[in-house]
Amino acid sequence: MAKSFSVRRLPGFGAIALATFVMLYLPIVVLVVFSFNAGSSQSQWEGFSLQWYAAAFANQQVQEVSIRSLWLAAVAAGVATALAVPAALGTTRVSRFPGQTMIYALINQPLMVPEIVTGIALLIVVAWLKVHTGYTGMGYLVLAHTAFCIPFAYLPIRARLETLDATLESAASDLYASPFQAFRFITLPLLVPGIAAGFMLSFVISLDTVVITEFVKSAGQDTLPTYMLGQLRRIITPEMNAIATLFLALSLIFVTAFFLITRKRG
Amino acid sequence: MAAQTPDPAPEGEPQERHGWKWALNAPALAVLILAASGPLIIVAVYSFLSPGNMGGVAWDFSLDGWFKVFWTRDIFDPENVSWNWGNLTVFWRTVWLSIQTTVICAVLGFPTAWFIATRPPHRRALWLFLITIPFWTNLLIRTFAIQELIRGTGLLNTVMMGLGIVNEPVQMLYSDFAILLGMAYVFLPLMVLPLYAAMDKLDFRLVEAGYDLYASRFRVLWHVILPLVKPGFVAGSILVFIPSIGAYVTPRVLGGGRTMMLGNLIGLQFGQGRNWPLGAALSMLLLIIVMIALIAYLRTVNRDDGGRRG
Repeated sequence: MAKSFSVRRLPGFGAIALATFVMLYLPIVVLVVFSFNAGSSQSQWEGFSLQWYAAAFANQQVQEVSIRSLWLAAVAAGVATALAVPAALGTTRVSRFPGQTMIYALINQPLMVPEIVTGIALLIVVAWLKVHTGYTGMGYLVLAHTAFCIPFAYLPIRARLETLDATLESAASDLYASPFQAFRFITLPLLVPGIAAGFMLSFVISLDTVVITEFVKSAGQDTLPTYMLGQLRRIITPEMNAIATLFLALSLIFVTAFFLITRKRG
Repeated sequence: MAAQTPDPAPEGEPQERHGWKWALNAPALAVLILAASGPLIIVAVYSFLSPGNMGGVAWDFSLDGWFKVFWTRDIFDPENVSWNWGNLTVFWRTVWLSIQTTVICAVLGFPTAWFIATRPPHRRALWLFLITIPFWTNLLIRTFAIQELIRGTGLLNTVMMGLGIVNEPVQMLYSDFAILLGMAYVFLPLMVLPLYAAMDKLDFRLVEAGYDLYASRFRVLWHVILPLVKPGFVAGSILVFIPSIGAYVTPRVLGGGRTMMLGNLIGLQFGQGRNWPLGAALSMLLLIIVMIALIAYLRTVNRDDGGRRG
């Protein structure tokens, strides 16, 4: 860059911005680096080792909660996406109708209400249901996660629908396709990137959800985040760093995939 | 839109068509009503009941839950009512920390968003992605990363002692400062993204005009740029303030047992404290604060530029 006057330059902003990026990544980098530490310190580097990863993989409880987290996320994201597709079709591919604002409000409610409030609200309902039905299984967590994931599945699908050319469906109808055929052979294939994005976003959200799970879960239903939350009160070894790093890597894969999918339509 | 919609039932009258739209939404709405809106209504009801013996509630109408939000009665002299300073301290801490978090995020987020918005167009996506990654990575893990960094034996203390800045570890963890640091850290991307969106649309000819008229950098920033990106500021502030005011994980991990925020006080009522109606009333209070913030936001948006739709 020449020394000429630039209207885009504001003195000091670049430095603050770069410092902000460093601050944003430093804690995560430190966390990851010390997961490979040979010693048990979080501040003294004692050589490279994979022992904490070995410990994490050998830890039966970690295995158990990880598997539970993954299948819960898969089921919740799957169901939420399956429910979000018709909801997105029913709110974008139609003329305005009475009650539409209310539907938006309901769908987006999990985004606006603080998680702690949703958590204790579900705790109240689940406690009542447990007493009156005797059922204490994973169904409550599946339901809670599904409801929480719906807006995250809905928004990318709706965004995709809004970019689609509705005349394609009209053309299909003109050619005597039934509404179902038009959906199955025209809309659905075009919608796939949105559905995939919605699923992945919900999957990551379910995987990250800690407060709701903490209040809804019964004994022995810990997920990876609630397990970690419980462990953070104790003396922490780099095994926790190793678990966190693996968790981060998984999230990163999903988020990157999400970006690539939503970007393609650019 | 309506004309392009494939008609499900050619002979269907408008009444029937609406029913069809509702049917598409019904499964999602059923789940949401069952596991989101319905429970919220029950919380509102519970806030007007009496506490049960072993947690839970007794089905007697009572304003005691709401009363205990702000006041306490003397155990030996029930006529003697005084402010519940314990709770009021938590409310004050919650609001004050949330305001500070929002201000810190704005002060750091504005230059960061400006930096991204003034990069060459093909580089912006990468910088933006760098902001977005932390936003989508687990909040608990990011909070844990901060905990590790600032604990007594953590890297920050070790480095400061190594450099001779301090002689002994500084106790940073389990304090208001730790919560503030953690919240500013985890919520910062929520400020940068809407600010960037506003700056991306900024017409730099207006900035240029300001300089042409001999305005200083500061005057251009204050009188031209800031008013133009104000919608981004307002959106970012609300996006940071709302999760801050309802924060649970960050204060629990970084604040320890003594420095609670409202979210932790609510959680406590459903654990050891075991006063569900009080917890329900506190939840309603939190919800009311969030609603006020949201309504204030929507009013600002409507007043400033009615056409701003994302």
